[in-house]
Amino acid sequence: MTGRNLAALLTLAVVTFIMVLVVAEMPEFGSLDKPQDNELYQRVAYRVVEDTGAVNAIAGIILDYRAYDTLGEATVLLVAIMATLAALSAGSGRHDAGGPPHG
Amino acid sequence: MIERLAANFHYLAAVALFVIGFHTMLTHANLIKKIMGMNIMDTAIFLLFISSGYVHGGRAPIVDPGLVPGIVRYVNPLPSALILTGIVIAVSITAFALGLIVKLYQFYGTLDADEIAALRSRGL
Amino acid sequence: MDSRILRLTLRVVVPCIQLFGVYVVFNGHLSPGGAFAGGTIIGASLILQVLVGTYRVSQQAEDVSALVESASLGWYLLLGFVGLLAGRAFLSNAGVFPLGRPGKPFSSGMILAVSLGVGAKVASTMQTLFVGLIHGGAHDPGKE
Repeated sequence: MTGRNLAALLTLAVVTFIMVLVVAEMPEFGSLDKPQDNELYQRVAYRVVEDTGAVNAIAGIILDYRAYDTLGEATVLLVAIMATLAALSAGSGRHDAGGPPHG
Repeated sequence: MIERLAANFHYLAAVALFVIGFHTMLTHANLIKKIMGMNIMDTAIFLLFISSGYVHGGRAPIVDPGLVPGIVRYVNPLPSALILTGIVIAVSITAFALGLIVKLYQFYGTLDADEIAALRSRGL
Repeated sequence: MDSRILRLTLRVVVPCIQLFGVYVVFNGHLSPGGAFAGGTIIGASLILQVLVGTYRVSQQAEDVSALVESASLGWYLLLGFVGLLAGRAFLSNAGVFPLGRPGKPFSSGMILAVSLGVGAKVASTMQTLFVGLIHGGAHDPGKE
């Protein structure tokens, strides 16, 4: 058990070191010259009202610019609930002689 | 490098959350705790993306049509909209995993991953 | 669990939570929030009802939930096909639906209509998932 814990801690140390190195190379927090603050951001932030009629830019993005993506998202919810209920009601287990096995 | 790390401490918080969740997933044998660790890792990703959309002096992206564009600066709304999808996926994965865990408990009578592996190796 | 205090408190609290959820859904295009957040609030009130009651929902509520699940996705698809019928792309908003004056409650065309469907879907999904998980898939656990 301790050997496994040690291996886990070593893995985590390596992962943390790599991630901290990546954070040190990332663009500065809050600056405007990040790669994601490109012309798409400028367009969305300032033209979303005339494009979609929604004042909330995020609602305008997820339900107009990316409405197809949100349709997929709703489908994911439907599939998740179908899969969960199917897994739960699939064949009865071994200990299933009337109620849960251990209490 | 150190000053860049100090300026990016939001990302460091995301790294810390990710490592905490990863540690929970690696060292706990209880399946429910593994799911909790996975959710903490999800939260780390959400924090990383949403904080990467921040700009200094930015307001929430509720665009006021009366204001002159260019004077007011808004926070980047694209990562937030992207992460909304991620949250829905996280909820779906969590629900499905919990459903599977309920069935595993009904079948093996335990939630311990090591005990389930031992039971399986004995062909039970 | 059947307590008079819990039932009376529930009768006061649940309509307030649901009203707030409907408000968040209806203001999704005007203020922070939206269909997913508002639907989750309504779903939380439905879960609260299940928790305070007998941990069970009536057959009628289950049927309504299943209907809402499918109908909201169908409503979303229907709104998408309106765009096709108008000669535009699937799920297009501007030019197909009246956008209205930005900032007013009834504006932004398709976004408000889609929000209502998605909010109802999220609420019923939360209720169905919770009821399914606490019963472990057994449809009638009190029978045996």
